[in-house]
Amino acid sequence: MASNPFAHVVTKVCGPPSAADYGADKLLRAVVWGAAAVILLLVTYIVFELGRQAFPAMLSFGPEFLYSTTWDVQAKQFGILPEIWGTLYSSLLALLLGGVLGVAIAIFLTQDFLDHRVSNVFRTIVEMLAAIPSVVYGLWGIYVLIPLIRPGANWLHDSLGWFPFFGTSLSGPGMAPAALVLAVMILPTVAAISVDAFKRVPYKVKEAAYGMGTTRWEAILKVMLPSASSGILAALVLGFGRALGETMALAMLIGNSNQISLSLFAPANTLASLLASSFPEAGPIEVQALMYAALALLAITLLVNVFGLWIMKAATRKFEGR
Amino acid sequence: MNATADAVTSPAATWSIDPQDTVMDCRLEKIFYGDFLAVRNSIVPIEKNKITGFIGPSGCGKSTVLRSLNRMNDLIPVFRFEGSVTYHGQDIYDKSIDPVLVRRYIGMVFQQPNPFSMSIYDNVAFGLRLNRYKGDLDERVEKALRSAALWTEVKDKLKNSGLSLSGGQQQRLCIARAVATEPDVLLMDEPCSALDPIATRQVEELMLELKEHYSVALVTHNMQQATRVADTTAFFSVDISQGSRTGYLVEMGETRQVFEDPQADLTKEYVSGEFS
Repeated sequence: MASNPFAHVVTKVCGPPSAADYGADKLLRAVVWGAAAVILLLVTYIVFELGRQAFPAMLSFGPEFLYSTTWDVQAKQFGILPEIWGTLYSSLLALLLGGVLGVAIAIFLTQDFLDHRVSNVFRTIVEMLAAIPSVVYGLWGIYVLIPLIRPGANWLHDSLGWFPFFGTSLSGPGMAPAALVLAVMILPTVAAISVDAFKRVPYKVKEAAYGMGTTRWEAILKVMLPSASSGILAALVLGFGRALGETMALAMLIGNSNQISLSLFAPANTLASLLASSFPEAGPIEVQALMYAALALLAITLLVNVFGLWIMKAATRKFEGR
Repeated sequence: MNATADAVTSPAATWSIDPQDTVMDCRLEKIFYGDFLAVRNSIVPIEKNKITGFIGPSGCGKSTVLRSLNRMNDLIPVFRFEGSVTYHGQDIYDKSIDPVLVRRYIGMVFQQPNPFSMSIYDNVAFGLRLNRYKGDLDERVEKALRSAALWTEVKDKLKNSGLSLSGGQQQRLCIARAVATEPDVLLMDEPCSALDPIATRQVEELMLELKEHYSVALVTHNMQQATRVADTTAFFSVDISQGSRTGYLVEMGETRQVFEDPQADLTKEYVSGEFS
């Protein structure tokens, strides 16, 4: 606390902050710095611990682990390329479906298609999708979704089987039901954050668009979307991140099969699903390999987030000049 | 102005214009926001190739009137309009008329600068592209930016975002965006309220140039501005006698007459600064 050179000023009200005021200031600073430090330490510790446990596997399997395709515990051969492929493929499909649907819902909820109260109710319902536990989605996928899409999927395979996406028939679990459920799971995230992004666009911008004589479609496509783009991109990055790491529903729906196929109806596997289904019965060497796989998943998620941030920054610079 | 059955026809009866010179014949009977009667009984002709200034105290409905002239108020769900606004022989409030169409011909500049989140060039080209203009975009964009006195400041950074400009530059960008499509009528809602005196002066000069080709309706809080640029001035006031605050036209006439020889006491008080 500094001394007060104005102490001699004659006033009944004005005075220096008390020692307690300065104390509270210091305390606040300590708390927020502490909170930030905890996060940093936690992340560092997790990465360190994962790395430590994966280290033996990294030594014995080397980078080949990332691009070989067998996972054979007996032969002690481990490779996760099919899982990396499955993780990215399922998440991209989910992002495509859930992203388009989520942004469309956000437009529907914010661009005066609905009365204000109705749109709030609707928004709550969409957000409730996020509250449904992953395992329930998995069960729903097995008992409802797969039987529902199987006839259509097999018809597509029978009539358009030459097309790589329809190259196999859907016998049960597979990429298509997994990606559909993932899309539904990331939908509330994408929709809710996009709604906020659209709501942050100032009214005067909307006014300017309609003032130029735009139709509603033109106002939304040419003015509202670019104005909300950085927030919508943030929504997509978060949704993609959630899809990459989703475990339970995928373990139930994707079929846990180590193969790389473009076909939407073939079973596949993801990193998270591999970890969840293999850990319970894994021996020491397999555990090391799984730790290596976990590290790879962490790296992928991190890269996706960094890439997403970079795109968001580029969009903000392009559209908002900041 | 034809004599009508309206109860409030102001002393402006001394002033008359040839219907030939009227580009918009605005007969506003009642404008509501929900149950709130915002404006009543105001007949406001907008003259061709002239600047028509709207002045009056806060809450007198002058902005509401202006925004009714290109159906901007239709964005507000509770807005209701009674009366007619005849533009080239057509009532723009006719059920068959799409407000979008009206706004293509009657442009608007708003009180707050509101450029789009896109480059300076794209902001100005926005209306041209919207109208599927087939000619040389670059030429039109340059012309619009020049007429908004912004060209020299931005000609080397047309690709930068419109939002990277200062407030005054943003407002001139919005003016360039509005005039790029050469709308028949330009509505300006206190366009200089966010500008410093130098930028204000530039915008006023621009208005005087614009009226060579367009007709301008200008809402302003600044009475000096009205005397500097408006050919005709409409003075609005608020009627609080019914327990509500309803705006109405008190007097309209040539600017000189309204300021130097006001017919109504209210106008006299307002232009001489005695208005509370």
